[in-house]
Formats: sequence, C-alpha cells, structure tokens
Amino acid sequence: MSDATSSGPMLAADGTPLKTSLARSLRMRKLRALMLIAPLLLFVLITFIAPILQMLLRSVENQIVSDTLPETVVALEQWDATTGDIPGEFAFEAIYLDLAIAVEQKLHTRLGSRLNYEETGMASLFRKSGRRIGRFDTDVYTDQFTDLNAAWEDPETWYEIFGDERNVAELPLVGRSWQRWAALFEAEGETVGKRDLEDFLFAALHYETRQDRYITSENPLLLQAMRAQSETPFETSRLIPQFEDADEDWLDHAVWQTIKTYSPRYTSGYFLNAIDMEKSPEGAVAKPENLQIYIKLFWRTLFMSLVITGSCILLGYPVAWILANLPSRSANLLLILVLLPFWTSLLVRTSAWKVMLQDQGVINNVLVWIGLVAENDRLALINNQTGTIIAMTHILLPFMILPLYSVMKTISPSYLRAAKSLGATNWTAFWRVYFPQSVPGIGAGSILVFILAIGYYITPEIVGGTSGIFISNRIAYHISSSLNWGLAAALGAILLVLVLGLYWCYDKIVGIDNVKLGG
Amino acid sequence: MATLTPVTPQPLSFVAPVVATFGALAGVFVGAANGSVLIGILIGAAALALIAAILRTALVSQMSLGKWLCIAGFAVVGFLLAGASGLIVGTLMGWFFGWFTYWLGEGSYRAPLAPYLTSGQVLWHYTFRVICGAIFVFLITPIIVVMPLSFNAQDFFTFTEEMLRLDPAGYSLKHYNDFLTNPEWTGAVWNSVKIAPVATAIAVVLGTVAAIGLSQSHVPGRQAIMAILISPMIVPLIISATGMYFFYSDIGLVGTYWGIVLAHAVLGIPFVIITVTATLVGFDHSLTRAAANMGADPVTTFFRVQMPLILPGVISGGLFAFITSFDEVVVVLFLGSADQQTLPWQMFTGLREQISPTILAAATILVAISIVLLTVVELLRRRSERLRGMSPG
Repeated sequence: MSDATSSGPMLAADGTPLKTSLARSLRMRKLRALMLIAPLLLFVLITFIAPILQMLLRSVENQIVSDTLPETVVALEQWDATTGDIPGEFAFEAIYLDLAIAVEQKLHTRLGSRLNYEETGMASLFRKSGRRIGRFDTDVYTDQFTDLNAAWEDPETWYEIFGDERNVAELPLVGRSWQRWAALFEAEGETVGKRDLEDFLFAALHYETRQDRYITSENPLLLQAMRAQSETPFETSRLIPQFEDADEDWLDHAVWQTIKTYSPRYTSGYFLNAIDMEKSPEGAVAKPENLQIYIKLFWRTLFMSLVITGSCILLGYPVAWILANLPSRSANLLLILVLLPFWTSLLVRTSAWKVMLQDQGVINNVLVWIGLVAENDRLALINNQTGTIIAMTHILLPFMILPLYSVMKTISPSYLRAAKSLGATNWTAFWRVYFPQSVPGIGAGSILVFILAIGYYITPEIVGGTSGIFISNRIAYHISSSLNWGLAAALGAILLVLVLGLYWCYDKIVGIDNVKLGG
Repeated sequence: MATLTPVTPQPLSFVAPVVATFGALAGVFVGAANGSVLIGILIGAAALALIAAILRTALVSQMSLGKWLCIAGFAVVGFLLAGASGLIVGTLMGWFFGWFTYWLGEGSYRAPLAPYLTSGQVLWHYTFRVICGAIFVFLITPIIVVMPLSFNAQDFFTFTEEMLRLDPAGYSLKHYNDFLTNPEWTGAVWNSVKIAPVATAIAVVLGTVAAIGLSQSHVPGRQAIMAILISPMIVPLIISATGMYFFYSDIGLVGTYWGIVLAHAVLGIPFVIITVTATLVGFDHSLTRAAANMGADPVTTFFRVQMPLILPGVISGGLFAFITSFDEVVVVLFLGSADQQTLPWQMFTGLREQISPTILAAATILVAISIVLLTVVELLRRRSERLRGMSPG
C-alpha cells in the first residue's frame, strides 16, 4: 500500500524514520475510512438523530406560558399559592395586559389548549375571556389621558417616549406592552401608523404612573400625567369583577395555581403526566385512580410484548429445530415457508389476519361449521388482546425462527447421540445437553422480537380494538388527534429509553454486527 | 442407517384402528358439510377401517392398484356429496388414505429412523413432525387465504357458498379491475413507485460507501458509529415518525415528496449497512492491493474489482431498503399529505375505515412481488456464498 512497509528497519524509502512513516500511513487510512463514513453519518445524524433529540427536548419544553403571559408570570412570583386565596388585583392587571396582546396575536386559544392538558376548563376560559377582553371598560383610562393631553392619542408620541430605552427602563410595564404591541405590526412590515391605540396601553400607563414617584425622565407628557394623578387620582376600572363576569373560573384558585405551576420555561409536567402524576403545590402527586391510564398502558404493552415473545419461542423453537435437523435440501424448502411471510408486506399480513379473525371470518366460520362453536356464540378474536397477540405472533415469528435456526445449525447432533449413548433419556439429553446450547439463539430472538413488539403501531391499531392497543397507539393519538405533542414526546421518550436499554442488552449478548437478515 | 432398520409389515389389528381414527377425523368435516358431525365420525371410522382391511388383505401385494382404487372411490363419493369441490377434496383424501394405509401397513414409517427406537419414540417423532407442520400452516395460511378471497365476486371478506362449490359465478376479477382503474389505488401505486426507488438509491449509495469505510481495519469509534447507523432499525417507528414530524415541519419538509424520500432512505440504511458489511467480511483485501499494484486507481479498483464481488450483498441490501420503503406506513401517515398517499397508506386507511376487498387484490399482488423478491435474494445469497467459496452449492 505504501512504500514504507517495504523499506529497511530504520528508514522508509523516502528517508523518514519508519515509525513516523507508519504512523502517517495509519493516520491516512483512518482518515480515509472516516471520509467514507462521514457522508452517511452526517445524513443519519441530520435526518434521524436530530429529530429524535428535538423530540426529547419537546417533552420538557414549556415556553408558551412564559412567552404569552410574561407579565403574569412575573406578577405571580409574589403570590403564595399555598394560602388558598386567589391573587389580588395586581395579577389581574398583568393578565389583562398579556391577554390583550395575546388576543391580537391570536395566541390565547393556543395557550388555553396547552393549559387545558393540565386543568380542564382552561381552553374555554381563555377563549371566552379573549372574546370579552376588548369590551372591558378600561377605556376610562384612555379618556382620562387624552383629556389630560390630546397628544396621547397620537402613536408618534408613544414612539417617541418608548423608543427611548431610558423611559422603558423606568416604566417597564407600559414600555414592554407598547413594544410588544408595536412589534406585531412591524413584523408585518408596517408601523402602527394611524391605528387607534388600544385601551390596554393606557391601562398599563395608568398602572405605572398612578403612584407619585421620582423618575429621571424629563418628558413633559409623563411628568404631567404623574402630577395630575397625584393631585386627583383617576377614575379606575376594577378588573376582578370584569374577569369574573367574563368567566367566574377566574376566581378559582386552581386556575391561578395552574398558570403559576406551568410558568417555567422547562417543565417536568409532561413526564409526570406520562406516568400518571401531576404537579401540585406540594410537588408531584399521583393522579386520582380513575384518571390513571398510562402506567397501566405501559404495563399492558410490556405484558403483551412478553406474551408475544413467549409464544414466538414456543412456536419458533420446534420449527427452528426441524429446520436445523433436516437434510439441507428439504430444510431449504421449508425455510421458504418462513421467509415468505417475512418478506410479505406487513399490511398484507395484517389484512389477512383481519380476514381470518373477524366475527364472520374464516376461523369463526370453520369453527361454527364443524360445530365446535354455536352460531350466535362466535369467538371474539378481533378488536381485543387476543387479536393483537395472534397477529403479532405471526408477524414476528420469523424474527425468532431465523436467529434460533442459525444458532441450532451450529450445534452438532453428535452431542445428543453421545448423551443418549451414555444413558440419558430423550428428555434429559434435550434439556441438559441441547437446550443450553440453543439458549443464545433464544436470547437473540427474544430480544429482537421484544424490541420490535414493544413499539408496534400498525397491527394493534387494526386488530387491537381498544383493549389490545399499545403505548405507540396512544402516542399517535396525541400527535394527530388531541394535539398534546408534549405528552406524546414524553411518552415517546420513555418508550425510547426502554428500547435503547434492550438494544444495549442485545448488543452485549449478540453484538449488533451479528444481526442476520433472511437466514 | 436407514437400510439397517428392519421394515416389517404390521398386523391389521394395528393398522385398521389407526386408519379408522384418521377416518373419524376426516368424517368430522365431511359430516359437518352434510348435516351431522356425529354420523360423519361414525361413518368415517367404519368406512376407513373397512378400506384398510380390504387394502391390507385382498390387495396387499398390488399396492398401486389399491391406491388408485382408493383414490377413485373417494373421488366418486366426494363428487356425489358435493360436486366439483367434493371431487377435488375426495381425490386428495383418497390419495392420502391409500398412501397412509400402505405406509403404515408395510411398516415403512420405521425406515428413516434408528432401529433401536421404541414405538413411543417413533410416535413422538411423527407427532413432532405434525406439530411443526401445524406451525408452518399457521405461518403460511393467512397469506394463502387472501389469494382466493381476492377473486370473490361479492364484496365480502369471507368465502361464499358459490366459491366453496367452485362455481365460476362466485369468482370474478372485479377487485383487480378496481385496483387497476380506481385513481385512488393507481395514484397510491404510482406514489409508492416514485418514492421507493429514490429512497433506495440514496440508502444504497451512502450505505455501501460507508460500509466499505467501516470494514477497514482502523476505524476510530467503530462501535459508536455502527450503533448510530443501525439505530433507525431499532428505534420504534412511531418514535422516529414523531421526531421526524416535529423536525421536518420546522424545516418545511412535511407534506413534501423529499421529506418522505429522506425519511425512507434513513430507515433503509441499516439494512444496507448490515448486508454489505456482512459481505465485506468475506472480501479479500489483497485483491484491491493487487489491483493497485497493477496500476489501477482507487476508483477503477472499486468498480472493477471490489464492486462485482460485493454486488450480491449490495443488491440484497438494496432490496431490503426497497421493501422497507415500499412497505412503510407509519412515517408516511405522519409526514405525508394527501398527495403522497402510498400503497400501504391506502391499505391502512382502507382497513381502518371503509373496508373493501380491493385491499385483498392489492395484497395478492404484493405477495406475488414479495415471492419474486424472495427468490432474487435467495439466488443472490447463494451466488455470493459460491463466489466466496463458502458453500459448494
């Protein structure tokens, strides 16, 4: 490959020391191998590993609350949830500002459905309040400010005052509200222009100027406003009754509790949900008995995967034995009977089982025909656990037979003969001599079947009904129907950890390089 | 060994009851078809005991005459009882019982076994065979059952009376006609045909190159790289699909052709890696050195020396990748839009919502395709083994 290998003990042909030359050659070879692998590795990392990692991240992400209700999140920090009282007017002022902007952004319903996963009723609460919030009588502030000085009506005034970062620093609430509102239009490439200023801006202005305090700003409008309010306080608009009018749930402690609990940017809430727990002021607690479904579903998935693996061993072992012990010509013929289902489309096999197992299906018809089952008493073989177990055993059986067969082929039949000639009965010879040697095959096949079974989706969906579904069906449900993606991601993450653990075992026991496909 | 086992004719007192037992079993079905299972059992047992007695006494030395008589007798009875289908079933039964009686009576069942086995062990040997046969039946029946049902003239998923009587009126090609003309199905087939080859091509090219890289002797982090490359096969599809759905929707690939092609390519890669690295295990690297020694550049060496030798592995890896894409439904369900409905998608929604036997026609065609693929892969595997001198065949 390189001239270095053909040279003398000390120097390579080009005069460099042999050791250096060899090291360089080795480095080159490593580099070349990596260059060959790199495109595929990058491809897999981008199209596969990155999506999986992003999914894991999504299972803890919770930005929507703090992004949509930033002022409320800050305000609720000073509220003690454990007292049992709802927070005071200050929190309502904050959520009023947040909601007013969220309605403009049309984000309030999305936030509502997010919080609805944690506390039912939140979705309708936010939807209703969103509709009502424009009709709150906060226009009293607008009127009073514009009476005070008509310049307040002009958006240019606001641009001027709150374009100045110093003013924003001193009046952060109104400053931020203005900036968020103005940003809405700027994002669409227009300025606020001649648009009417919304009432909530004036409300925010009032909240921050109602108390006489020292500010460094010399803006005459601001100073005038503060002075005026310290002389004769403005007429105010109490928010709590108006919110109560919109939806009396606002006086429910649980609503505020939920908002406070889910305000951090990252949450363990989805994972807690995935194991039937929920957050409470006292930390994580188990959900009420009747709402616990996921732990049960996980157990059922594991249990059914185990049953399927067990039946695969039971059915696969004799077949693998007979394949390994027949003359190779007939064994190859029989092997085709194993490989044909293996190569046949999964959906074909699933539809075949649907045809076989239904109430009016082939199996029931035959049983009724020969009189084993009464006409009106047909076996319920489909849309339950039996259906899933039968169909999946059939679908996964080749994955058990093939590894078992390849292990059994290497077991010499002379061991059995030796055992028998030493006086062992058939059973002893099998159990004490043959079986232990076939255990690696059982291990390999079982883990393979179990890994495949635990994440199955299609077959349980079609033949499983409601009692025969797996955790994956629940994940699909949350992705496509309930749209609770965070919970789907958390359930997926737990399933992934389970499977990767098994994969690791498989790698330790069998070695991933030894996976055989098609015999 | 076989020649050493003494083959001795068995007495009628052994043959007749055994044959009668099987006759009773067959009688269950014949009886069920004609009204009474119990009478069927009794008649079956009695008839078969009688037949066994005749064959083993009067016709003991004219075996082939006995067998033909048996077949003819059963066929006539079958035809009288149930027409055309009865004729076929009767012929098969007659063949079986003729053969079975002489096989049992001559004692030839002992011939392939070791002479020292007790009769219990002989019984177990054949019972075990029957159990294995039953498992093979379990494996293959669902696939076989689909085929005749796809010719059903009714829109049912079950065998109709006409079908069981082999009445031509019970069969039709209308589901195939629907499959080949209904735009929903033809569109689905067309989508599958557009997606699978491209995904396969990506998987095969990248996978083969990487497998060659992986098979070199000094690859740092080989285990970790291998684990990553194999992971699309191990991670449950639902999780892959979920992750890809989120990620691809962020970058605007959801509902596009390329989104599905990329996803399918990555799902097919493990199969290419596994088959090609397996082929490369038997590859003699001195061949590439020899080629280089004779002045071939690396590209020429690859295409003229290495590629022809590993081609069987590459093709069967490609076939695996192809079938993965062609058969894949979960990822398509998540990533695809109505424009990307593939054949499996169509079958899946068909099975879940409006059930139509066209699915069975599609299934039969897919089974035919998989038989072709299976044959190709088997031939390739044997060729590869022959090339590498691993098996004489």
